[in-house]
Amino acid sequence: MVRFDDVWLRYRHAAPGEAAEALRGVSFEIEDGGFRWLTGPSGAGKTSLLKLIYLAEHPARGRIEILGTRAARLTRREAAMLRRRIGVVYQDFRLLPQLDAYDNVALPMRLARRGEAQIEADVTEILRWVGLAHRMDAHPDELSGGEQQRIAIARAVVGRPRLLVADEPTGNLDDEQAERLMVLITALNSLGTTVIVATHNNALVERHPFPRLGLERGRLVRDG
Amino acid sequence: MARRRGDLLGVRAALSRRLLPVLVGAMSFLAALALAGALACAGLAASWRGEAASALMIQVPQPDDPDAAHDATRLAAVQRALAGDPAVRGPAVMSAAEVNRLVAPWLGGDAAALGLTLPAVINAEWAGPGTPDALAARLQTLSPGTLVKTGALWAQRVAALTASLQGCALAVLAIVALVAAAVVAVATRAGLAQLRETIETVHGLGALDADIAGRFAARATWLALVGSVGGMALALPVLAWLVWLASPFTGPARPGAFVHLPPALLALAPLLPGGAAFIGWGTAQLTVRGWLRRLP
Ligand SMILES: Nc1ncnc2c1ncn2[C@@H]1O[C@H](COP(=O)(O)OP(=O)(O)OP(=O)(O)O)[C@@H](O)[C@H]1O
Ligand SMILES: [Mg+2]
Repeated sequence: MVRFDDVWLRYRHAAPGEAAEALRGVSFEIEDGGFRWLTGPSGAGKTSLLKLIYLAEHPARGRIEILGTRAARLTRREAAMLRRRIGVVYQDFRLLPQLDAYDNVALPMRLARRGEAQIEADVTEILRWVGLAHRMDAHPDELSGGEQQRIAIARAVVGRPRLLVADEPTGNLDDEQAERLMVLITALNSLGTTVIVATHNNALVERHPFPRLGLERGRLVRDG
Repeated sequence: MARRRGDLLGVRAALSRRLLPVLVGAMSFLAALALAGALACAGLAASWRGEAASALMIQVPQPDDPDAAHDATRLAAVQRALAGDPAVRGPAVMSAAEVNRLVAPWLGGDAAALGLTLPAVINAEWAGPGTPDALAARLQTLSPGTLVKTGALWAQRVAALTASLQGCALAVLAIVALVAAAVVAVATRAGLAQLRETIETVHGLGALDADIAGRFAARATWLALVGSVGGMALALPVLAWLVWLASPFTGPARPGAFVHLPPALLALAPLLPGGAAFIGWGTAQLTVRGWLRRLP
């Protein structure tokens, strides 16, 4: 479960002319195994909200509960352990340039010290899912933007996370790849993973009518 | 399929193979010299202090004149008194030729040629407690004008000098250790800056601080160890040369001693790479963990 209770987020170095608060009094709840689209114009605070969920920022005010634990009460070690249960697709991918596609996807499993046999089985399977099994030896700078995005998605889901957070995961994908991705995500969702996907892609949202969280200038203007 | 499992973060490339070992090597070189200096001081101090403090020198002017009781020469009376004192070991009269040679530089020529009567000089070892004041008083009555000198004052000076030299050597060791830690900290920070995005990403994927810091520390430990062993390897021949230079002061080298280095130094030598490795490990751990605090 993910629950926000009157959450405010303030960046320390707000650009001049920008609002000091990226999020203003946001409250919502996503049940276990739920799916939410997160929509809103550019700069509305979608990435900011996701950062709070994947524990990359602390709120200025309010209460956040992730997978049943209060984010503010976590020790550093507990926070790290919780992050391992959250799969994240970053808007800017964040693949490690020195690792090839296979090792990038294997990274979260290696950090969690899984066995190499299991890693090989899972990584190979997920690379096949995203259609990049033949590119597993390529480094990120040898991959197209869409291919990098698919590797980032594979890395986010390879550990079968309890919670999947995706920031514009279809931004660099064509319609067919975006649909393939939705098949993957809804399959994970139906196996019990809670999913939240930020997107500008209205056509995609209309084809998959899940409930929506709508943000505008840091405020939640739609929930449902 | 051979897959890289070791260096996930690229720490190997980020912690330079050149700069850190070379600087740590230079520090180890200096540390080896300082350590050798401290040990040499300790050794010299022990032997000099012992010899000087126990040295006893008795001068008997007009040795051939009759003594106070008029039953022997002054020299014979003093010798008899010394032989009867259990605290005096191995009294030996220096030959006139030896005394002559000792004083010639001061007299500017041969004493006999100048018509001077030289005092007799007796060297002995003082094994008694405290200073030989009672002995001096007794000799004075037997043979007025007899002087008794010990090396106690010299021993004190030697002790003070060696203590201050050892203090300097320890200060050098401490400074060298601090500089080595600073070098490791700077190299680690440079590595962190280079890998900032990678570290932020793996942090976001749930890497523990201990895991990230451990990877840097392992690399820093290895580089410091390599550098230190290199620095030691360079220091040993230099030390052997210095020991050879100092041999007139330290006496003949023990036969069979490895390149004539003091055994204590050879025993302590492995401590330096060990210390360097520990400094590398500890500094890298502290630096990385401190840096990671900025991440949520
Ligand atoms: N690190 C930061 N420091 C300061 N201000 C920031 C930072 N990140 C975002 N902001 C500001 O916070 C506001 C919300 O940004 P956010 O990235 O959450 O928007 P978004 O909805 O994800 O936009 P987009 O659709 O373009 O990705 C914006 O005004 C942005 O300028
Ligand atoms: Mg965004």
